[in-house]
Amino acid sequence: MSSPAHSSSAWPNLGDAPRAASEVRLSVEQVSYAYSANPSQAPLFTLEANSFQARPGEIIAILGPNASGKSTLLKLIAGALEPLSGRVLLDGFVTHTLAPRARAQRIAMVQQETPLLFPARAWEFALQGRHPYGRTLRFANEEDVLIARNALAQVGADHLSDRWMNEISGGERQRVILARALCQQPLLLLLDEPTLHLDIGAQVDLLATLRRLAAENRYTVVVVTHELNLAAEYADQVVLLQKGKSLRVGSPASVYQRDLLEEVFHTPLTVQQGSNGRPRVNLLPTS
Amino acid sequence: MRPLTLRRLFLQCSLLAAILFVVVVVALKLGAVPVSLYGLGRDLISVLLHQTSALSSDYGMIVIDIRLPRILLAIFVGASLSVAGTSFQALLRNPLADPYILGVSSGAAVGAILAVVALTHLALPVWLATLATPLGAFLGALATIAAVYFLGLREGQIDSGTLLLAGVISASFLSAIIIFLMSTLSRDVRGMAFWLMGDLSNSLQPSLRWILGAGFFVAAVAIYTTAADLNLLLAGEKEAMHLGVDVRRVRLVVYIAASILTGLAVSVSGAIGYVGILVPHVMRLLFGSDHRILLPTAAFGGAIAVVVADTLARTVVAPSELPVGAIFAIVGAPLFIYLLRRGSI
Repeated sequence: MSSPAHSSSAWPNLGDAPRAASEVRLSVEQVSYAYSANPSQAPLFTLEANSFQARPGEIIAILGPNASGKSTLLKLIAGALEPLSGRVLLDGFVTHTLAPRARAQRIAMVQQETPLLFPARAWEFALQGRHPYGRTLRFANEEDVLIARNALAQVGADHLSDRWMNEISGGERQRVILARALCQQPLLLLLDEPTLHLDIGAQVDLLATLRRLAAENRYTVVVVTHELNLAAEYADQVVLLQKGKSLRVGSPASVYQRDLLEEVFHTPLTVQQGSNGRPRVNLLPTS
Repeated sequence: MRPLTLRRLFLQCSLLAAILFVVVVVALKLGAVPVSLYGLGRDLISVLLHQTSALSSDYGMIVIDIRLPRILLAIFVGASLSVAGTSFQALLRNPLADPYILGVSSGAAVGAILAVVALTHLALPVWLATLATPLGAFLGALATIAAVYFLGLREGQIDSGTLLLAGVISASFLSAIIIFLMSTLSRDVRGMAFWLMGDLSNSLQPSLRWILGAGFFVAAVAIYTTAADLNLLLAGEKEAMHLGVDVRRVRLVVYIAASILTGLAVSVSGAIGYVGILVPHVMRLLFGSDHRILLPTAAFGGAIAVVVADTLARTVVAPSELPVGAIFAIVGAPLFIYLLRRGSI
């Protein structure tokens, strides 16, 4: 509870002293990683040094084809993996050295869905996000309940509160999972392919919600996705990876170059400038 | 939204405690020798007042010296096995995990038998000799769950199907070892049926009672301190880690504590099956899957179930007896299939 972001009001991030817009919250400094079957062998996969910075309220999209190292980079940012070199700083803390509870108070991760073993109601699920703040047995108090209720409302899932998690649709479930992450009151919200099993409407809805949350709660959001157009529409910065190498980091307009994307994704495409200044990718039929 | 409160936990546990009390009184009354409720109450009060000389009759002796210790043992064994089962189900993310099905009970039995055999060759002081069987059973349980865990891994992840198969194979392998040991070894070791089916008819030395009680208390409290973490572990270890659970510590504490519980129970009662799988499921249906309430209610439920089953074992074919494990298999297997079919598991 060292940071003022964890004071007792329901949405403390809103009540904070305004942060300077230029303040860097997340700093990824030359992190790299190598997977190998055993330590004496050459690595099977290497993620080369990556660097970028993000401010509160910003959305960063990590893009790239399969096996380009997107999820590895996300795990390094989350502190779940120890980098081979470099470091990830979140408000000055090195993420992988934080204790599990301290880390969960600062970083929330929305992963690709894991099946539930036993049925749980949506509110029970959302309340799990309060776990890093409790004592040993962690009986939820009124504050926890209020935070969970607000979180469900903020993602538009308050009507689902008493429903069973296995009886609601994929898009609704994704919202409840997001509400659980909100209950952690994080500084950094990480999402690993959150749109994977969603229909197009639910995908747009989710990204729009993230955009709104990043603005309202001053989260820094990092999202791994395959959806080029959604990323172009909603992200402030994109990180384009290929085979473990960071090809380009910057605004969607600067990264979405036709030649570059064609080379990375091995498919013919065109890039247009949308009316809002954001690029739009159209796939061309392959001959 | 109705989060679990200490008050609700207390109320539901009190309800189960009251049911357990009624079951114990009925179990004290039933048996080959009939006892009146009035005589029973009078005898219990005199025991509580330490006026054992005032015990009314031989009937009182039967109730206090034979039935009561056996019922207390049933309570201990039932609570231990259901708490161990609940813990294994959460840790292994598998609703079918249970000390008996995973072979942990058989491993504990092998450990206990080996300890008994070793005792006959070693001249140990009495207190150490008392400790040897439960200790052997604990080590057997721990070794088995470790082996089953690693056999159940696929590409570094626990695979449900592989894990269960590894457990079933281990159980049948270890049962074969028990049969082998029993067939070749000396007469001092209790019979084969005891280790394979479970039996509560053996009286315990008083020093062993203290070891059981203390062991149960320490292990159960250790598991209960991780109850909130176990709720999150159900969603997977990665997920739990991102929600602030120290996964490695919880895993270590719960594996060791659940092995202690299984080892203690098996060392005094043999391998009773189905308690660790059925009781947690029934309690989950009644009280939900939050481990803060599931663990204590499973302890009470297990105690009630084993006292009832043992009373049946004593009475249905009186004056002879059935092994209590047989009662559990006869009642447990169909109930388990019923739960499986209606999708509760």
